[in-house]
Amino acid sequence: MNHETMKAFSRQTLDLDVPIEVERITKFLKEEVLHRLRKQGAVVGISGGIDSSVVLALCVRAFGAQRVVGILLPEKESSPESTELAHTLARQFGVQTVTEDISPALEGFGCYRRRDEAIQRIFPDFEPNWKSKIVLPGNLLKEDRLNVFSLTVIKPDGTELTKRLPLQEYAQIVSASNFKQRTRMALLYYHAELRNYAVIGTPNKNEHDLGFFVKYGDGGSDVNPIAHLYKTQVYQLARYLDIPIEIQERTPTTDTYPAGSTQEEFFYRIPFHLLDLIWAGYEKQVPVKEIAEAAELTEEQVNRVIADIERKKRATQYLRAHPAQLE
Amino acid sequence: MNSIEEQIRSYIAQNILFSTNGFPYPDTASFLENGIVDSMNVLEIVMFVEEKFSIKVEDAEIIPENFDSVAQLASYIRRKQSLVLNQ
Repeated sequence: MNHETMKAFSRQTLDLDVPIEVERITKFLKEEVLHRLRKQGAVVGISGGIDSSVVLALCVRAFGAQRVVGILLPEKESSPESTELAHTLARQFGVQTVTEDISPALEGFGCYRRRDEAIQRIFPDFEPNWKSKIVLPGNLLKEDRLNVFSLTVIKPDGTELTKRLPLQEYAQIVSASNFKQRTRMALLYYHAELRNYAVIGTPNKNEHDLGFFVKYGDGGSDVNPIAHLYKTQVYQLARYLDIPIEIQERTPTTDTYPAGSTQEEFFYRIPFHLLDLIWAGYEKQVPVKEIAEAAELTEEQVNRVIADIERKKRATQYLRAHPAQLE
Repeated sequence: MNSIEEQIRSYIAQNILFSTNGFPYPDTASFLENGIVDSMNVLEIVMFVEEKFSIKVEDAEIIPENFDSVAQLASYIRRKQSLVLNQ
């Protein structure tokens, strides 16, 4: 195919030259951590998810396994699979791990109690042994509902109940649940300062730009080496870095809500391969018609996804803002 | 009594924009495209509408066609009120 006939925009637009990108990130990590921050290694919170696994592997390339520590931060509602996968990862890369069960700290903050009080105002019969999650409306490609969260509770017999969340209860559930990410951040900095290491953040571009992170929680770090990469590009790096296949094949979850909310139902409302393609086209100012052809969607669907990207970016600006101060 | 449009404008100006000069947009201005409201505010507006106008907003009705401007929201509220009156 010559240049004239080559399609300008396609699914291949997101393809990275992975070895070059890995080299670029490795160099960036060394420069930032060792020279700018003058730290001697890296602490990474590992969850058994794709992003933290890729970041750990990149840190091993940059600093060597001896100067990287993987911190596991489970709590009583975490999936046991997350811990197993994080250990598998650390073993493969020869990295020392530290496990800190954050449940007692969360009990101390009243994380579970505050959250469950709000849930009980919506579902008065709710008991702590029920599971719960908050979700956005269904698939963005099928309907244009605005981003208003619902609460789903699951009884021990599997019965699911869902109701729209009023503002006060939504805010209480989210702010109580955010103790999880903020407690993890505090412990990551404890382990980093103990060793004179830096905390390496794990958000990708989707999380960072659309605001799918907790301010001063998982958003609290010294360096963010993959915040410029779309989720599908993180998977490209994962294949090249030989991340365990069970991590590569796992569905991304929030690992925050007991009912195991997927990232798609919690926040994105569309599969990553489509979100990333549409977003990349939008950023490159590709005409909507061409994006729709590449994604095999209608122009209306593409416009809906673009509108959702713009809304999320705008609504979450404060998460990325540094504290304001006078000159 | 103030019109539905006036009540919506006043609520958004006071509670969301914290504006000192009222609601400075035309009634047809898109809330979302102009950054007048974000997703948290949508929920707030849904609750305001339910309480102030005594209507029940169904989940499937929380769409841009009903909630993206003063004019659209007022029209939606009138449709809902007429449904209640006709029942």
